[in-house]
Formats: sequence, C-alpha cells, structure tokens
Amino acid sequence: MTDRMADRPHLAVIGAGPAGLAATLAAAGRGVRVTLVDSAAEAGGQFYRQPATGLGARRPQALHHQWRTWERLRDGLAAHIAAGRVTHLTDHHVWSVERQSDTSGTTSGASDTTGVFAVHALLGPEQEESVAVRADAVLLATGGYEKVLPFPGWTLPGVLTAGGAQAMLKGGLVLPGRTAVVAGTGPLLMPVAVGLASAGAKVAALVESADPKAFARHARVLAAHPGKLAEGARYAAELARHWVRAHVRHTVVAAHGTGRLEAVTVAALDGAGRVRAGTERRIPCDTLAVGHGMLPHIDLAEALGCGLDGAGVAVDDEQRTDVPGVWAAGETTGIGGAVLSLAEGNIAGLSIAARLNSRTPDRSWYASAAKARAGLREFFAVVDSVYAPPAQWAEQVTDDTVVCRCEEVPAAAIREAVDELGAGDVRTVKLLTRAGMGWCQGRMCGPAVAGLAGCAATPSRRPFARPVPLGVLAREPGQIQ
Amino acid sequence: MVGAASALYAVRAGLSVVLVDRGPVAGGTTGAGEGNLLVSDKEPGPELELALLSGRLWADIAAEPGVAEAVEYEAKGGLVVASGVEGLAALEGFADGQRSAGVEAVSVAPGQLHDLEPYLADGLAGGVLYPQDAQVMPTLAAAHLVRLARAAGASLRTGWTVTEVLRTAAGAVRGVRTSRGDVHAPAVVNAAGTWGGELAALAGVSLPVLPRRGFVLVTEPLPRRVRRKVYAADYVADVASDSAALQTSPVVEGTAAGPVLIGASRERVGFDRSFSLPVARALAAGATRLFPFLEGVQAMRAYLGFRPYMPDHLPAIGPDPRVPGLFHACGHEGAGIGLATGTGHLIAQVLAEKAPDLDLAPFRPDRFPADPAPEELEELEELEEPEEPEEPEEVS
Repeated sequence: MTDRMADRPHLAVIGAGPAGLAATLAAAGRGVRVTLVDSAAEAGGQFYRQPATGLGARRPQALHHQWRTWERLRDGLAAHIAAGRVTHLTDHHVWSVERQSDTSGTTSGASDTTGVFAVHALLGPEQEESVAVRADAVLLATGGYEKVLPFPGWTLPGVLTAGGAQAMLKGGLVLPGRTAVVAGTGPLLMPVAVGLASAGAKVAALVESADPKAFARHARVLAAHPGKLAEGARYAAELARHWVRAHVRHTVVAAHGTGRLEAVTVAALDGAGRVRAGTERRIPCDTLAVGHGMLPHIDLAEALGCGLDGAGVAVDDEQRTDVPGVWAAGETTGIGGAVLSLAEGNIAGLSIAARLNSRTPDRSWYASAAKARAGLREFFAVVDSVYAPPAQWAEQVTDDTVVCRCEEVPAAAIREAVDELGAGDVRTVKLLTRAGMGWCQGRMCGPAVAGLAGCAATPSRRPFARPVPLGVLAREPGQIQ
Repeated sequence: MVGAASALYAVRAGLSVVLVDRGPVAGGTTGAGEGNLLVSDKEPGPELELALLSGRLWADIAAEPGVAEAVEYEAKGGLVVASGVEGLAALEGFADGQRSAGVEAVSVAPGQLHDLEPYLADGLAGGVLYPQDAQVMPTLAAAHLVRLARAAGASLRTGWTVTEVLRTAAGAVRGVRTSRGDVHAPAVVNAAGTWGGELAALAGVSLPVLPRRGFVLVTEPLPRRVRRKVYAADYVADVASDSAALQTSPVVEGTAAGPVLIGASRERVGFDRSFSLPVARALAAGATRLFPFLEGVQAMRAYLGFRPYMPDHLPAIGPDPRVPGLFHACGHEGAGIGLATGTGHLIAQVLAEKAPDLDLAPFRPDRFPADPAPEELEELEELEEPEEPEEPEEVS
C-alpha cells in the first residue's frame, strides 16, 4: 500500500512556540501529518521571537539564549515542511476549536481516542476571512500572557509590561526609552532589566516585591537545578556590571507624569505585604516596565470543556486533557518556561503519534523528557511560591485608578458593586460595572478585579478566543483538509 | 430579578423581608438575560395582562430618583418585521388581537421601516411598532431593586443556600434552613427561577420548571445604529413553541452601553453549559439578514442562560394550596425581567392578604398533574449543578 499523505492521521497544533514546535517535530517524525497553526508571521512564539526579516539584524542570537535549540527546531520544521509532512499556517488567528460529532466515518486512526475537530482561524492582519482546519487530534500550545496589577498612574504612556518591553527588544530591536525602571515580581524582571541595559538604556532601578532569599528555604529543589542558579547568578552579575540597583521587598506605589511618565514612587514593604510608611522615594524615569508574573492562555481549552488544574489546563502523564483527542503542552498547562515547554511538547507529540495509530505509548520512549518535566515543574512550583505581588497590593489602588482599561472602569465602581450592590463574584462585578467586558475580555484586568473585589479569580468562559466578525461567524467556513 | 422585585414590593407593603440567595445578586438566569420588558411577543391572555401591569410598574420604578439611569431603563419600543407578505398578514392578525387587549401596535409600511431603523435590510414586507416595549440592563436592575429594598428595611443574605423548608407539625411553612443558619418566617416565596422546581421539592410539592437554554451574542460597542428591539415575526411562534429542538429567530437590539445584543435561541438540553458554534452561527446569520451592516461588526463574546420553562408557558404566581405559607414566583421562561415587577406586586398583595390586581387562577402553582409526564421526568433528572436560586422570605 502506498503511503499517501492525505491518508495519514492529521494533527492540528495551535501555537508555534517551543511546545508546539517540539510536538510538531515529534509527531511528524512518527508518521503524523501535522498542520501547525500560528498567529505570528514566523515560528518561534514569544520565547524565540524573531526580529522582522526586513530589519536585517546581524546577530539576533545576542538577545536569546538556547540559540542552538532554536536552530534545531527551525531546521527540523523546515525539513518536515519540505517533505510535505507539516503545513505551517502563519498569520492564522484561531478563534474557536469545535469538536464535531463524527458522522462521516472518514477519520483515520483510533476513533476511541480522537475526535473530529474543526480549528477555526481568521486570516492575516485584516481578519475578515476564516478557514477551518479539520483534524483528528488537536494540541493546544497557546502559551501564556502577562499579568499586570493596577496602581495609580499605570495607564500613563511610558508604562509598559515587562514582557512587552522584552518583545520590543526581541522583535523590533528598538529601545523603548532612555531611563527605565523595571518593577513587579517574577523571574522575567531580571532578563528584562539586563536586556534594556545591554541595549543602551539607563535602568534606574529593579523593583521586586518578593524576597529572593525565600529561595533558601527550597535548597533541595534548587540544588537539583544548577543551571538555573548559574543563570540567576549571570543575570545578577550583568545587572551589577550595568550599575543597576535591585530593590527587593519594594513596590511601585504610583507612576507620575502629565501626558506621559516622568517618575515613579517606590516604597519598601513590611512583613505583611503593606507599604512601610515613610519609605517612599521618587525615581525619575521615562519608561516603566512592569509585570506580576504570567497566566496560561486557556480560552480554547475552556470552550472545548477541558478541565483545569489551578490556572492551567489539566493534563495527564501523556499531556492529554480530559477531552478525548485534545492534548495540551507548554505554558497553557502552567507557567514554567521554554525548556519545560519543549519537554511537554515532545511528550505530547510522541503520545499523539502513538494514539492516532491505535497504540499505547511506552513510557520508556519519553523517560528523559518526563524526568526533565518533573524536575522543572518542581522548580517552577518553588518560583511560583517565592515570587508574589505584595499581599496588600489592592490597598494602594486609589478609587480613581482605572482598573479595566477597555471599559474605563475605576476601582471605586468595583468597590461599590461589592459593598453596595451585592456582587460576590467576578462575573457579577463584571455585569454590574462592565469591568472585563471590553476588547480584551478581562484578560488584562481579571486578576485585578478579583483582588479588589476580594473574591476568587475564577476563569471566565470566553467562547471566542478573539473577536470574530458576525459575517464570518454566519458563513460556513472554507475547509482545509 | 423576580426575587428582588418581590422583596421590594413586599417590604414597601409593610412586611418584614429577608432575601436569601445561594449566589450573589443576579447570579442565575437574570445575569444571563437581555433585559426585555416586552408586550409585543405576547398573545392576548393572562401573560399579556401581567406584561401590561409590569410595564406600568417598571415605568413607575424608573421614575424614582436616579433609577432609570442606574438600571439603563429605555422605553425605546420594539419593531417586529416580516420578510414576506404571508408573514406580514399573520403578524397583522396577531397585532389586531393584541390591540383589543390594550396593546399599542402601529402598523409600519415597508417604505417607513427605514425611517424607524435606518440600517434595516431592504426588501422587508413591513412590520408593527410596539411603543410599550422597553429594556433594562438586567443585572443592574436586580441589584438596584435589591438596593431599594434594603433601603426600605429588607435584609440580604447572599451565599446562603436553602437546604430545607421548615414546616410546623400541621404542615405549614415556618421558615427555611440554610447552609448558614435558619431563617424563621410564616411565609416563604419561591423565586428560584429555573431552580424553582428544586425548591418546591424541598417543601414536598412538585412544580415542573424545566431549563430552556438560550445563547446571546454580544458585539463590540457601536454608536447607536439599532434604535429599538428589532425582531423577525417568527420569534413569536418560537417563544410559544413546545419543541425541545433548537430554534433560532433573529432578535437584535442596541444597548445604552453600546454593544448590540443578538438572540434568540431556544433548546431544551438540560443544564448543558457547553458552547455551541452552530447556534452562534445561526444567530449571526439571522442578525446579519436583518441588519447587513453587522457583517463587519465583531462578535466579542457570547453567553448562555437557562430560561425557567413551564409546560404551558405561564409562570407560577401565588400561594400553593398544598403547603400553607408557601408562595411561588417563578417559571417566567424568557420574560422574567419584564414580568418581575407585576409578579412582585401581586405577591406582595397576596402576602398582605389583599385582593390581587389580576386574577391569579391561570398562574396557580398546583395546576399541573402531580406526576410529571415521563418526558418531563427525564429532564427533571438532568437537573445538575443547580445555581443561585433566589428566595425572599417574608415575616409579616
């Protein structure tokens, strides 16, 4: 029998970052036809974000570590594409994954572990047309996004997210400002500060609300990750070389400026996570890169009905979700960085290749990836416990601070909904105040609204992962088999 | 919403009121509604009378200081359109009946449709304008009615789940047991909406309230292009239908806040919360047929809710003769926001032992056979993960 590509089982991978690429290579290498669907113009995701080719960067690797890994992924992808095993759909913005009932009987592979899926994606920058990719299995590798909590002045031009600053450095090679403060919490702050300083900015301060000394309590876990320790030490040395002052257990209480950012006020935190009175200090700057950690992108998984584990998608040892035919890997299952994403993607790809051919994967095939995964998950659990926004951050948010930027909802409205109108959860606060109803659908303000309302940050269901024109929604989509 | 309105009218009638809800205010079907206050979709009969009474009471409440703005009350009118001559004839016949029951219904010739709604599609056969149709933002409406009730002395217990209806040895209601303590009262009003059947069961009586799922699509905020509630004439037939199968008929309306709301789908699928792309597609197709400009407008989100459906499409309102002290105010299907004021007003009247303004006989809670039909029983068994009933309790 001839091996026709169209007869092979078909996997749709959503997201071309580390997890999606690793899964694509693993599955395609084992006889699965893969369609890699991604919103960017080039593969790589956020971690391996590439400068636009038109910019002609001579040494893009200067901004990246693990450049060799990236080259291996990139070249592997190119080889599979050339051989017709992988189709890479760039500039395809997935807005829905639909699980259809299998009536055609045309699916290849094992019907008990797969479904018939239609991955709906809007095309190109205009996003006025949609196509549907039909597949026997889906891997969700949609990554994470940055969490930012509000403070007075955070909407001033000149304030950007830490990840946004890094993306500008990696993608556009532009220096966002001349004098920068990097603030918030999390392992992203140090590389961002180093990146800005190396690109020629004056980094006036690195303001971290956590106390990295808390890592000492987890010596056993840390000892198992000498590479991570060395990485941290390298960043610390780089910061020292650029004369960047790090303020730990400090927070930005306000950003100031008329028309745009001119300065920030920084203060020390006490043991309870409150600002210590009298420690406030003003630091002039024109750029503030601020971030409070990352959150998994789970919209597609939620609309499919996948169960969650904390903030991320719940998966088993093979990276399977609890919806048959749907796998998840990388930061959509929990924040843990590129190396963990690669391990999870690799395992998912092997599992999918086996399951689509009605086989049970042997754990020995992916023993080393599973070992790396276990260690990194343990490490990032520690990271997660050490880095945290100040416990009482909401106290610093003045009534007139805009919390939901899309709908311009101030903190006072959220407090009123809870105190006077009987709201007790994020959904009711949203309905009463419109916080989270705008363009970003609460992705940005969700944690802030929950914190201010004093209720749990329950994930809100978003049937559309991005806005979709009604005319597109109304039409039966064109099919890509 | 019905619980909030019942609490407000009861406390204003001089009763002592405790409003109990297992969730937050408006956490059930209210928060998933469009906020329609409609007479246009109702045929002459008891529901239309309740709708006319409710419309007047909504206008009264909206006239209180600050309320109209707070609840986004808009007396904007509804426009029902027919695409063909046959549909138009049926619509005109329907409107004639409504006129004789006291509804204002103005026939609109095809040439005048664009004066009323400039962005409406070309080629429609005509329509009927219903100036009495209005809209509120349902969550805000419930929250502000609760606020007014509390200002008049009612107390609010959110996050309290009723686990038992307390009865005297003689069988009369003496209060409720909740997850956070007992509330004693000689009268209990079941305003648990789609979950009203479960609350009735706690009191030992059957009330066949079934969920009828509906989706609403929400667009990006727009300048006002859809002035009224605009819907196709087949909506009325769908509302009155008994079918469990999916029905969609386009209902399009602009809101004070800017987004356009697009309904309406009806399916009896139990409490299934999963999103359905085919339903969203049908809604989008219907809406873009009525308003072609919507083709290029972004759908931002969709939400779903479970209408409390009763087999004869009429709510249960009034005392339950089977259990002294138990009153029902639930089962309003898709009209609960609109009918809330009238329902609350009538409930307050019977609680205060006054003659109600409307004959409650058609709304009797014991009008159904004690044993539900097998098909209904099947659906009742699907009741899972009940959410947020609202029950006001009155101590007179």
